[in-house]
Order: sequence, then C-alpha cells, then structure tokens
Amino acid sequence: MSIKNLFKIAMNALLRNKFRAFLTMLGIIIGVASVIAMLGIGQGSKQSIQSQIAGMGLNLVTVVPGSQQRGGVQFGAATMQSLKETDVNIILSECPAVLAATPEVRGNGQVVFGALNWPTSLYGENESYLQIRERSVVNGRMFTDREISGAAKVCLMGQTVIKNLFGEGADPVGQVIRFKKIPFLVIGVLDTKGLNTFGQDQDDLLIAPYTTVQKRVQAITWVNSIYTSAVDAGSTDLASQQITEALRRHHKIKASDQDDFTIRNQAELLSTFSSVSNILTVLLGAIAGISLLVGGIGIMNIMYVSVTERTREIGLRMAIGGKGRDILMQFLAESMLLSITGGIIGIIVGIAASKIIGTTMSWPVVVLPGSEVLSFAVCTIIGIFFGWYPAKKAASLDPIDALRYE
Amino acid sequence: MKKLIEIISLKKDYYVGEVTVHALRGVEMVVTEGEFVAIMGASGSGKSTMLNIIGCLDKPTSGDYILDGINISGLSRNELASYRNRKLGFVFQTYNLLPRTTALDNVELPLMYNASVKSKERRERAIAALESVGLADRMHHKPNQLSGGQQQRVAIARSLVNDPVVILADEATGNLDTRTSYEIMALFQELNSKGKTVVFVTHEPDIAKCATRNVIFKDGLILRESAVQDRTNAREMLASIPIEAD
Repeated sequence: MSIKNLFKIAMNALLRNKFRAFLTMLGIIIGVASVIAMLGIGQGSKQSIQSQIAGMGLNLVTVVPGSQQRGGVQFGAATMQSLKETDVNIILSECPAVLAATPEVRGNGQVVFGALNWPTSLYGENESYLQIRERSVVNGRMFTDREISGAAKVCLMGQTVIKNLFGEGADPVGQVIRFKKIPFLVIGVLDTKGLNTFGQDQDDLLIAPYTTVQKRVQAITWVNSIYTSAVDAGSTDLASQQITEALRRHHKIKASDQDDFTIRNQAELLSTFSSVSNILTVLLGAIAGISLLVGGIGIMNIMYVSVTERTREIGLRMAIGGKGRDILMQFLAESMLLSITGGIIGIIVGIAASKIIGTTMSWPVVVLPGSEVLSFAVCTIIGIFFGWYPAKKAASLDPIDALRYE
Repeated sequence: MKKLIEIISLKKDYYVGEVTVHALRGVEMVVTEGEFVAIMGASGSGKSTMLNIIGCLDKPTSGDYILDGINISGLSRNELASYRNRKLGFVFQTYNLLPRTTALDNVELPLMYNASVKSKERRERAIAALESVGLADRMHHKPNQLSGGQQQRVAIARSLVNDPVVILADEATGNLDTRTSYEIMALFQELNSKGKTVVFVTHEPDIAKCATRNVIFKDGLILRESAVQDRTNAREMLASIPIEAD
C-alpha cells in the first residue's frame, strides 16, 4: 500500500469521527502550545535579566568592603571602613585592565524644594560616573574636577525626583534644593532608565561630587564602594584579579588573611541570575512537557478504541491480502496524522499565545528559534510511540477471529 | 480437468485449555477447475474450519493442502496474505463492506494490497467488476445506500476484481430473503458458467442444489459427496417466485 493511500485511508477514518479526532488533537495542541509558550517565557525572562545586568554599567567590576575578622569576631561588611578614596587612584594606576573607576558614597534622606519634599538617595561620585554606569546628562552639565576637589554643593537630578519636586517635564536646572538641610544647586538632569531587574527605580536619585557627600553630608573618611569599568567585556575577570592584588598589597594584608573587600563583576552576576532563570525554564518546560505526554496518552487511548471498533475491517483487510505490516502502517498513519496535525495547530497557538502574553502582561516572551522544529519532531515521535502499541495490536489480530468479531 | 484444490488427509486440532478439539479428522477432497462445490453440514461439523483452511486464513495441524499447485502448509503468515490477495476471492455472510466508502472504493480494496497494480488499472478493473455484477449505476453509492442484495453483489465484485482462481463464499445468502438469495445464486451460476470455480458453504439444501457438486461434512469428516442431479437453475427459479411474495 502506498504512503499516499495510507494517509488517505487514515484521513477518512479520522473524518468519520471529527469531534473525537478534534478532542484527541486538543491534548497535543495544548501540550505543544504550552511547551512553546513556557519556554518562551523562560527564555524571555533570561534575556531580560541579561540585558538589565549588562545595563548596570560598562563591563562593571564593583569593589565593596568585605567582612573582616578582628580578634576572632567577624564584622559585617556594611560596617567596614576599609575602602578609601586613595584606593581609586591605586586601582587606576596599577591595574591596566581597568578603564575607569569612581568611588561611591551614599546617603539617604529627604530632598526638599519649597513646600515639597521627597525621600531619595544621594550618591557621591566622580566625573567617570556617567561613563561607568552608562548614563548621560540630558539637560545641563556634569560637575567638573574643580567642583570635585572643592566639594562643591552641586547635584544632578534623576527624573523621578524631578517629577515629585518640580512636576513632570519641569526644568530644575539652576534651582536650589536641600538635602539634609544642605543646599545643592541643580546643574543637570539625568536620562531616564526605568526600573531595574530587582524593581529598583534607577531614576530616583541625586548625583553629587563624592567629596561633597563624604565631607559635607555623611562626614566620613571612607567610601562605600568603588565602581570600575574593565577595558572590555572579556577583561572583567582579569580586572578583578588585578584589583585584588593591588588592594591586598596596599592594604598590607598578609597572605594568610582574608581580603577586607569583595569584588563582584557582571559575569558572575550574569551566571548567578542565568542559572536561576534556567531552572525556571526547565521547570516550566517540564510542566508543559507533562501535558504533552498526557496528550500522547490520549492518542494511544483513542487509537485502542479505533482498533477495537474496526476489528472486522481489520479482519477483512487481512482476508483480502493485507499483511500485518500494512495494518500496522495504516494505524500508525492515523496516529501520526492526529499528532502532527495537533502539533502544527499547537505551534501556531503557542506562538500566538506567546505574543499575547508578551504584549498584555508586558513580559518579555521570546519564541525560541527552533522550538517549532523541536515540537514538530516531538509530535512525530509521540505519534509513532503512542500509536505503536495499538497498531501492533491491530496487526497481530487473527483474521478469522477479527472477521467474526461482534 | 486441472485440480485446483487438493486436500490430502488433512487434520485440524484446536486446543481449548486442556481439551483438544478435533475439528477435522483426515479429510480428502479435490476441487477441479470450473466446479461449483457446495459444502454442507450441521453446526460443528467442521465445514467452517474447512473453508478457513481452503481460504488460507488458517493452517492445518497435519496433512497437505495444495492450492493451484502450491502446498500451503509450509507458508508464513505474510506469504499466506499475498496468496489470498492473488489467488482467492472472499464473499461473507455479512458482506463486510467498509462503511461510508463507495462501492467502487470497496471493490478496489484488494488491489490496494497488490503493488503491481497501478491506480489507473485498479480503477478500470474495479469498474469492470462492478459492471459484471450489474451495478454499473451504483458505483458511487455507499453501503448504507444499497439494499442487502446489492451490498452482496458489491462484495462479489470485490472478490472478482483480483481475478482469483477460486471464489470462496461463506453462507453468502444467509442474510438474504429467498428471492434475493436466488438472485445471488444466479450471479454465481453465471460466473461459474464463464469458468470461475466456486466453493460455497451453506446449510440450505435448496441453495446447495444450485451447485454442481455437494460435499456434506459430519464430525470432522466428509459424510457424503455427490454430483447434483436435476441442478436448480437460479434464473428460472427466480422467474417462478412471485415478486409480491417477498
């Protein structure tokens, strides 16, 4: 029997029970569609985290004070005062893999303008801040070296602060605001960056020279952290290593002692968050895969029913010369037609669902290239696998018994 | 005349649990070309088992069955299937047509399992077979649009389409009324007169009188074998049955 005739017979058999065929296919349709949508959601979240982390800064390597042991007592990292502004100069002069570096000094408090006030964070930085954190000034200007060395009371303002103190779209440049009772002249406006992966508003901030924040606002001698840019994306690990060596030497840390600082780079962050979203993708994919399996069992079930219903037909086909192989192929063609048709519809539904989820939930949903091909292959295999046993049962029937079957 | 079917001391045993049923206990039988043999017998006499073996659907426990010069006993399941496809035509009591499938497609079915027949030739032969049973105008009807007699004629066309050496009919008139039964028998007689060999199982003595020879089975053996005297001509019989009597 030719392939064309096999599929013609299978098609006729399925069309005899249109609704039943549709319900059987529905299992596969839902399975395939959910596999595509779930993998899409997982992949989308992964890509979004990656772009967010990349957007944190240019080949970012961060140095923060580390936990330290003194006299047997472990001190928390946040209380440490181990990083100084001189460390920035050490890093810049001794680490060839570092392109730029800025100290950071943080302060939280209310910012006041006229009758309005707003709680925000004040970050003290140097002039490399814009380059390292990949930000730009959309209005006004950045502070200068002289303003840094003179600890000038000037600041740049983020969009969220502007919205709450001046109103949306207003121009604050030239106005004087107060942060912890200290007046600051607004000299520039930062670009809009939105929320980061962790839900933090990256526009709710003030930027001032680090000297100003260190001396006038916080009255401290150390810095909270140091941000550096490696020369290129592949050099972040090298930069981390060079910074570690330089700082250990200048901090006079004995070989047997721990670092008094911690270095994080983007590659590490990326791998941490990627592994989280990989687990998510596998989990979602597995759940969707189970529904595909259930769909396959549905096909097997209905094929058994079909074989039983058509026992006499099988007997007749054998009596007039159908071999076991012909009967096997006939029922395999039927189950494959079910699973492949279901698979194709499922792929279409899955892609459509991905698009709908992506737009309505404003989630990044990416249809993985090749996931359609994979689903199609899986459906074909399901058709053969779950169709095999019913078809084998049909093929091994005894023609005499089958012809007499009531 | 050429011996088409030759059965030599053929035995068939069935094992039901620990009990052995001797369905056939050493049958000797010959059917020559052009014969019209009616096999008769009570239920359990072994006539159905005999027909299954003649039809290559079942293999004997011992003894030989030679069909058209080939000993069937040693063939595999697949070889038997090809043999059925090329040498035999089956007509069943319950017609066994595929539902929701046109008469023409039903008749084409045996040729579908013969790779050497291409689709154009298949269609031509199916049309010719349907014409020979007088259903040229019903080719595209489905079984549920045909009467019992017409369905059985489609089944006969199906048994003819592969040009078999023997047509095997199992109670082919069992589901039909007297008049339609004679119509079918008239068709078989007509095919027989054109040279087709027919082996026919029935339990109706009147129908058996349409054959040229009767073989009566009892308890797994041939009880009696006789040429039919004053053979019924089904066509004449049909004329004598008033139509309103049905």
